[in-house]
Parts: sequence; C-alpha cells; structure tokens
Amino acid sequence: MSSAKASKIKESSGERTFYFIVVLILVFVCIIVLYPLIHVVSVSFSSPYAVMANEVGILPKGFNTEGYHRVFANQDIWRSYKNTIFYTVVGTCINVALTAAGAYPLSRQDFYGRKLWTVYFTITMFFGGGMVPTYLLIQRLNLVDTFWVMILMGAVSTWNMVIMRTFFQNNIPMSLQEAAIIDGANDLRIFFRIVIPLSAPILAVMTLFYGVGHWNEFFNALIYLNDRARYPLQLILREILLQNTLNAKMAEGLGSAGEQEFIGESIRYATIVVATVPILMVYPFLQKYFVKGIMVGAIKG
Amino acid sequence: MREVAPQKNRMEKGGVQKIGRFSYSMKRLYDSRYLYLMILPVITYFFIFHYLPMYGLTIAFKDFNAYKGIMDSPWVGWKHFRAFFESHFAWRLVRNTILINLYDLVVGFPVPIVLALLINEVKGNSLKKSVQTIVYMPHFISVVVICGMLISFLSPSTGMINHLIEMFGGRPIHFLADPKWFRTIYILSGVWQSAGWGSIIYLAALSGIDIALYEAATVDGATEWQKIIHVTLPGILPTMIIMLILRMGSMFTVGFEKIMLLYSPLTYETADVISTYVYRKGILDANYSYTTAIGLFNSVINFIALLLFNNFSRKVSKTSLW
Repeated sequence: MSSAKASKIKESSGERTFYFIVVLILVFVCIIVLYPLIHVVSVSFSSPYAVMANEVGILPKGFNTEGYHRVFANQDIWRSYKNTIFYTVVGTCINVALTAAGAYPLSRQDFYGRKLWTVYFTITMFFGGGMVPTYLLIQRLNLVDTFWVMILMGAVSTWNMVIMRTFFQNNIPMSLQEAAIIDGANDLRIFFRIVIPLSAPILAVMTLFYGVGHWNEFFNALIYLNDRARYPLQLILREILLQNTLNAKMAEGLGSAGEQEFIGESIRYATIVVATVPILMVYPFLQKYFVKGIMVGAIKG
Repeated sequence: MREVAPQKNRMEKGGVQKIGRFSYSMKRLYDSRYLYLMILPVITYFFIFHYLPMYGLTIAFKDFNAYKGIMDSPWVGWKHFRAFFESHFAWRLVRNTILINLYDLVVGFPVPIVLALLINEVKGNSLKKSVQTIVYMPHFISVVVICGMLISFLSPSTGMINHLIEMFGGRPIHFLADPKWFRTIYILSGVWQSAGWGSIIYLAALSGIDIALYEAATVDGATEWQKIIHVTLPGILPTMIIMLILRMGSMFTVGFEKIMLLYSPLTYETADVISTYVYRKGILDANYSYTTAIGLFNSVINFIALLLFNNFSRKVSKTSLW
C-alpha cells in the first residue's frame, strides 16, 4: 500500500497522525505479548528472595541459576523430555508421510472416487465419536498406556490434508504429471520423483504444524497414559506447575521450609523456560514457510 | 494407454459404446490403483479412529456393560438423555459453555481482524516482519505452560498482577478461586495466545485485495481511514464470514484442556463446561453411557448450529461454507 509514492500528494498531518497511532498500538501490543515472556525468563534467573519480594521486573535481580540446577537434576524431566522428542520425531514423520499420501490422490482430478473420499474425510471434521467412544475403542485395541497411542492419535488431520491437497493442485502443474504418464511412469513414481521434490515448502509447514502439536501434546497423554515412564514433557510440567508437587528431591539441600517455598517459584519459571525454549528457538527460522503455507491453504481451502 | 482427462461416457463417433459402463468404471478404478495404494492407509486410519467411534455412539442409547460389549448391552432408549436434562447440571453446563463461547466471540473474534488491519498499514518491511514474529509467538506455547504462567501471575501472594493491585492500594484478589473472574481470565489469556496467529488468515485475505481499488480511492481523495472502511473491510468480508461460520459450528463446544487446568471445584459454577463434565464423569468415573449421551447431544447441536448459521449466511450474504 505505498500509493503515497505513486501520487505526489504530500501526506497530510492527519495521515501522519493516523500512522503514528497505528504504530503506537502495535508497539503496545508487542509489549503486552513480550512482557510476560521476558518476565518469566528473568524470574527464572533471579534469586528466590527477590522473587518473593516481587522485585523482579524485566531484568533479573540477584542473578541465580539455582532453579535451573534443580530442574536439570530432576530425572522425571529428562525422561519425559526424551519421551517427547521420541513422540515428536516419530509422530511427525508418520504424520507428514500419511498426510501427503492422502492429499495427493485427492488432488488428482482423474482419481476414481475422488468426490466420495473427499466427503468421507470432510465429514470427520464436523462430526465424530467424541471423548468416551474413542476412549473405549482405544481400550478395545489394547493401545492404552502404550507409546503407539501417542503416535497414532491424530496421525492425520483432515484440515492439514486439505491444505496439502490445495498446495498440490495449485503448485504442481498437471501438464508435468501428464508428461510423466505419457512417458510411462506410474503414479508412485510421479509422487516420489516429481511431486515431493517440488513440495518442500508445504512439507516444511506440515512438519512444523505437526511437530509443535506433538511437542505440546497433553490431552491424549493425560487420558491414555498411566505409566509415568511414558509421560511426555507436558504431563510432568503439569505436575510441577499446576499441582504444586514440589518434588522433594528438587528442594533437597535447602535449609528452612521457607527457603524451600522460595525456590519453588524459581523452579517453576525455570521449568517453563526449559520446556518452551526449543520451540521458540526453532520457530523464527520456519516462520516464512508456515505463513506462506497458511495463505495457500486458507484462501483456497 | 491411460486416459488422463476424465470422461463421463465413452460414445464413439458412431454412437456405439465400445465397452459397458461397469467395465468402464472398473478400468478407471484400475487406472487409479497406485493412488489407492497410497491413500489406503489413510482411509483405514480414518475408519478405525473416526468412524468406528461413531458406532460407539450407540452406547448412548444403551446401558453399556463392558463385559457384554457394545452389541449385547441392553437398549434403553432416551434414558440417559432424560437423566441429563432432568439433572440440575444440564442447565449450568450448557449455560457456561454458551456464555464462554459468546464472550470469546465478542471479544476474541474482532481482535485478529483489527490486528491484521494494523499490521497491514505498516509501511516498513522490517517493522512489519518483526511485529508478526513477535505476535505469532504465543501460539506455540503449550497450554500447560500458559496455565502455569497464569497461575503464577495471578497468585495472591507472589503474582505480579496482585503486586500491581497492592501498589495502587488495593487488596489482593484470589483470582483463580473466584468464579466471577474465571471467564475473564480464560478469554483474555486466550486472546493473548491466539490473536496473533489468527491474524494470519486475515493478512492473507488482505494481500488478495486488488491494489487498483486502493489507487482509485486515493484518486477520489480518500483518507487512510476511509480506505480501510470502504476498500479493506469489504475486501475481507467473505473471509470474516467464513471464519464466523466455522466459529458457530463449535458454539456448543469449549476446549477442554485449558479449562481443566485452570478450574477447581471452587469455580465449577462458571467454569464447568460440557467437555469437562464428560471428562470427570466419563473417563474418571467410567460413567460411559451417560456421558456418551451428553457428548452426542453436544455434537448434534453443534452440527445443527453450523447448518443453521451456514444457511442463514448464504441467504444474507451469499458467502457460505457450502
């Protein structure tokens, strides 16, 4: 919208005020978004006394990594971190592979039964069994409390499949595929040799979406997992953050009960940072991919 | 050789069909065999994990007995539905669900739109990108962490919000134990988390508006503000309507996770919604048939709301989901 350059009309002061207000609001929004996050980080590095006395604002007070020491010493956290990484990596691979394998046939006009299967998948977006019947099914399949349930639940999201299908339809020229067919290639070869190499952007987007989904996965683990050894990160987090189960081991070595309580807050914030930093580190690099991905899928889909 | 362009029937020039309709269909099926190979796992997955549970919905009409299985459990008709509606819970749950959604709609729906409009007005590319990067961030934070942050910030003794209140001379408020505050906390934190991400779709729509319209408006002497009202907003109106319709389709559902993490028996009065009740009574108390009935009721009214709103929108604005 740089029409101001096209016409030689000077910006009136009204326009400048308007723009100034826009920027002001946006800066304010950014502050609102960033402040809690920065506060969490700086509290995690502050001395417990400063925290309890509410002296910490944006910068840490009494630089102190005690909270982090204790977080890193917690075996539960390490184990659940490992679990989460496993679920995320394996799960995301399956997710992306299946979603692509489902989206591609749907994108081909000459796929016999295309309409039928599109409806078949779309229905599940609006109607489903619900919490209890699904739970009973998982029980029947003996998947409760296994790592499979964490991988298989939500293996394919219809929404993502639609986005991928739209991408295939708009970005992989049919002429290219037809040429390959004439040359005698079957659909599998077309898929692996032509479509996939051309689909890097959408594959990146899907990996990010599914990956973040797995990383933050909480609900399925809550309902279907009973053995602590299989808990993902979020469940352990929940214990620490929400149920105030200050693991006795974590507070070990501290003198008074008061000190134990003080360190509690630092541990909480340190835990939050440890759990969230990986994602926030990865995300800026992938940002341009997923914004594009959504634009593709959302407008057309 | 394979046909690539589909044809409905294959009448040769002389009007004589070379092969019958059935064989033609079979041929087309055979032509798609590799595509079927690819899509079969997905179809199977959906059958098992989406369609089979739908069959499990029948236990809403039965007294489900785990030993007898679904097929052999006795049929009881509407008994569970009646039990639900006659209990004093039904009203509270439905009311909470609708109210939370309504407030969320009124407060949370416009924010991404306004945000997108603001970001769109920014002229410098680096400022635009920075704002977007910042504003998308909360979306990636898990709900557990968000609730952990909320609990810390709202703590009556150490929370920063209460610290602020005390600085101004007030007395600390025990936010999370007070039913009156629950909706506000839930909705405002939801806006904080999702407004940025939600603006993406509108930004995408905004980029699709014809530049010529803006130039015409400039020629006509329109101010930025006027351009927004007369060019931009109408341009994204279809997108807004679609998003609204989708929102309506879940009018009777409220996300379970965040409520479960934030509520407590103290705040059930305003916080308990249909999904959390189903969780407590169904998964935790194993009251399967009863809660399946509630869940079914929930899905059905959601679907009806979606249909109604879609048709209404189609008549009024010619934009609709289908």
